[in-house]
Amino acid sequence: MSFFDYFKTKKKSSASVAKERLQIIVAHERNTRDQPDYLPALQQELLEVIRRYVEIDDDQVQVQLDRNDSCSVLELNVTLPEEITDPQ
Amino acid sequence: MARIIVVTSGKGGVGKTTTSASISTGLAQRGYKTAVIDFDVGLRNLDLIMNCERRVVYDFVNVIQGEATLNQALIRDKRVENLFILPASQTRDKEALTAEGVQKVLDEMSETFDYLVCDSPAGIEHGALMALYHADEAIVVTNPEVSSVRDSDRILGILQSKSRRAEEGREPVKEHLLLTRYNNERVERGEMLSLEDVNDILSISLLGVIPESQAVLNASNQGTPVILEDDSEAGGAYADAVARLLGEERPLRFLDGQKKGFLKRMFGG
Ligand SMILES: Nc1ncnc2c1ncn2[C@@H]1O[C@H](COP(=O)(O)OP(=O)(O)OP(=O)(O)O)[C@@H](O)[C@H]1O
Ligand SMILES: [Mg+2]
Repeated sequence: MSFFDYFKTKKKSSASVAKERLQIIVAHERNTRDQPDYLPALQQELLEVIRRYVEIDDDQVQVQLDRNDSCSVLELNVTLPEEITDPQ
Repeated sequence: MARIIVVTSGKGGVGKTTTSASISTGLAQRGYKTAVIDFDVGLRNLDLIMNCERRVVYDFVNVIQGEATLNQALIRDKRVENLFILPASQTRDKEALTAEGVQKVLDEMSETFDYLVCDSPAGIEHGALMALYHADEAIVVTNPEVSSVRDSDRILGILQSKSRRAEEGREPVKEHLLLTRYNNERVERGEMLSLEDVNDILSISLLGVIPESQAVLNASNQGTPVILEDDSEAGGAYADAVARLLGEERPLRFLDGQKKGFLKRMFGG
């Protein structure tokens, strides 16, 4: 990165960084709105179980409850790390 | 039947009371009988902005608890016809506002007023919930700044789930975004979220953009709602917001205002 690139990204930064951060947190908070209180604990325990087998980060397990008229669906999303392929 | 408008934000200090004072004044100027109600029990400020602090005898809580009649507590504005102020209590705590009590007072006011403007306290607790519960419309006051936008989004979620309209499954509360303390120069330098940025995130209809303006402080020093300073940009922007609230179309003004003002000052133009 050249000196001027550094300057440019820095100048562009604060408002657009603010926007990006907001988009992420707002989307997350909208998803967790009106979710049952036990979901965070459930998510934590699932994380622990999965970690016995695979090393994953906190945000790689997402739990969400979708309520419909007749039934509710508990959606569990686990993002596994990519297979570590050693180039050598 | 009065239309009930809550002025809310989640975050404190973003301009709710300033907005409540100007929007209610603007509605009254247009000939609608309007009352502005201070829901900030314990921290009343609306009386100061409306320049009636020395005329407060009874307050909202007194009316709820039957210690005074509505007519005894309502303060008639001396400048604008059709405008009344219902002050908050300075001594009680927020729990004195009960859902039934508030309901009773709003129902009584609904019979004679066209608009009731509810100035919400900050936060998402009891006082703020009481202020928004009965609303038909909500003005979500937002500053172009991360924590304010995030709190506005939370308040929108609460309007959609905890308002009376939501609970009764009626047509949802009509949501309006009012972006205040906007500084176009800083937006152009990339230091402040732009109108477009905030719109992208909250995506509700825009009621107006109020520029950051010294006129607001001057007006509040004197106890004048800034909308009455009709040669100020902030006053003009509030007048436009009132027009849009009434369904009129107005182009956005003052978005390049600061810059021109600056050049004017520099070159005496
Ligand atoms: N457009 C503006 N330009 C400059 N200053 C402003 C503007 N709007 C509001 N202010 C100032 O910001 C401060 C807070 O405004 P105000 O009391 O209306 O906010 P609030 O949301 O009601 O606060 P609270 O959450 O404490 O009730 C005041 O000093 C006011 O003069
Ligand atoms: Mg206030």
